[in-house]
Amino acid sequence: MKPPILSVRDLVVEFPTRRGTLRALDHVSFDIAEGEVLGMVGESGAGKSLTGAAIIGLLEPPGRVASGEIWLRGERIDNLPREKMRRIRGRRIGMVFQDPLTSLNPLYTVAEQLIETIRTHMDVSDKEARTRAVALLDRVGIPAAARRIDDYPHHFSGGMRQRVVIALALAAEPELVIADEPTTALDVSVQAQIIDVLKEICAERGASVMLITHDMGVIAETADRVAVLYAGRLAEIGPVRDVIQNAEHPYTAGLMGSIPTLTQTAARLTQIPGSMPRLNAIPQGCAFNPRCTKAFDKCFVEQPDLIARPDGRQVSCWLYDAQEKEVSHG
Amino acid sequence: MTAFILRRLVQSVIVMLTVALVAFALFRFVGDPIASMVGQETTLAERAELRAALGLDDPFLVQFWNFVARAATGDFGISYRLQQPVMELILSRLPATLELALVSGILAFVFGVGFGVYTALRRGGWASSTIMTVSLIGVSLPTFLIGVLLIWVFAVELQWLPSFGRGETVYIGDWWRTGLLTESGRASLILPAITLGLYQMTLIMRLVRAEMLEVLRTDYIKFARARGLSNRAVNFGHALKNTLVPVITITGLQMGSIIAFSIITETVFQWPGVGALFINSVRFVDVPVMAAYLMLIALVFVVINLIVDLLYYAVDPRLRVDRANARH
Repeated sequence: MKPPILSVRDLVVEFPTRRGTLRALDHVSFDIAEGEVLGMVGESGAGKSLTGAAIIGLLEPPGRVASGEIWLRGERIDNLPREKMRRIRGRRIGMVFQDPLTSLNPLYTVAEQLIETIRTHMDVSDKEARTRAVALLDRVGIPAAARRIDDYPHHFSGGMRQRVVIALALAAEPELVIADEPTTALDVSVQAQIIDVLKEICAERGASVMLITHDMGVIAETADRVAVLYAGRLAEIGPVRDVIQNAEHPYTAGLMGSIPTLTQTAARLTQIPGSMPRLNAIPQGCAFNPRCTKAFDKCFVEQPDLIARPDGRQVSCWLYDAQEKEVSHG
Repeated sequence: MTAFILRRLVQSVIVMLTVALVAFALFRFVGDPIASMVGQETTLAERAELRAALGLDDPFLVQFWNFVARAATGDFGISYRLQQPVMELILSRLPATLELALVSGILAFVFGVGFGVYTALRRGGWASSTIMTVSLIGVSLPTFLIGVLLIWVFAVELQWLPSFGRGETVYIGDWWRTGLLTESGRASLILPAITLGLYQMTLIMRLVRAEMLEVLRTDYIKFARARGLSNRAVNFGHALKNTLVPVITITGLQMGSIIAFSIITETVFQWPGVGALFINSVRFVDVPVMAAYLMLIALVFVVINLIVDLLYYAVDPRLRVDRANARH
């Protein structure tokens, strides 16, 4: 098997504050294989975006990677000097942000921003860069790209701007694209198009995608595997179909139960009681224990690690720890 | 674009007319000029004669119209005090004020933007903290005090720089007397320029810093970093340009105030500029000069505002509305 494009090992991100250190990511580990689309889901504040920011090396101070390792195709990148990390950004890891209306600098034309990005990473002339830029815009579905390229961002609609953002993120042909809620700020009718464009182009170029979203529909249609984050910890990670149809972690199960489906006839959707704990009040043991209907003694004492399941997924829940299960049932 | 400029020009004319009205009102309400022009022994008949000769007994509207019509051609009458055409007086003093204002304006802008950017990028460093603290002094100390302090330190104690006047001046062309070409002229300019520009500099610096911090937090800066652009490109290419949009307006307006408020600095340093001329005119109720000065300052503000608007237009593509409409 080929080594994964991205490998995150026991990543811990902390925010030192006056009232103690907050642990925003707690030993998060996952891999992204070549050409794979990994969905990253979770509630607001679960640490999805933070994971993306940590990978690309743009955590906002005072946030910092406290421990753990991030490997990009066998090369460790979490401890690189700033200048080396900068060369990886855009060139090897591209990033698409949530709001296309604010992601583009309003004072520069699309051409200027694209050419600047291309020429930062590739040794090409201004003219070549422009040709590439037009081709890119054309590829992401901007009509009359050769003419529109000299327009300013405010001349484009939201959906079109997100296409421009995708073109910018992919300008230097990165191996990995981190898409941080790329459709949240868009009109529902445009969301599917943007996801399609992103997915197609990445597939074409063999780029892997880390798709951060809280839209399970997008995940179901787009991702190969999905990782569920809860309070800065990975709850479950596995192939999309398995996780959606047969969630193992009680939190994931609750999450899936709260999604309306076309065939469902239930009058009410199920909901998980309570809310995710704040970072300064994460309970001892499993972070989900106050809301879990299946919690037992051990859940309140010890934090579960990711447990590998026979079907290839991983769950961090004591229910699936064979030995414990027997004890609790016995 | 043309429509925009035309609209602005019409607005400017209205502003100028309003100021003209105020300036003209000076003639009627700041004492009786005849009383200050003649001696105690002058008879009433002689006074009435003088009044008629100067056109001071015409109806208000006639006088105002005459005033505006003449002002438009640059004729503000004759100074009561110096018995010279006002325009001539002002033109002979203007180079001194403009040179002072320009030099201090450039100093204020260059150092203001420089320090502002530095303190925004190196937030929390000791150098930034020092600059920020010192800038507080610049903001809070009144101009005349700064001038007097500078004179005390550099002219009296250290004796490095002259404390008053313009030094030697030479003529460029027929009437522009410059101090920039002689060594003593340049030396004389330093203290007044710092005095006049310090407040503006600290103001620009604080504005740039605040704007820059704001811009650095925006998504497009984050996205620019995520694309791997160099720090230099992000900070100076992307962040600074966006910072400068509002800064241009303030700096433009400040340039107007620098010229208008050079009065204090000119008085402290005995700088032979328009401001000093104005102060002396006030002392002698030399209304034509006061009125002309008022009009001149208004004109400066109007012209600077117009330039600022055009600059805005050049920097921010979002304002070029007609072009955008043409495309859609």
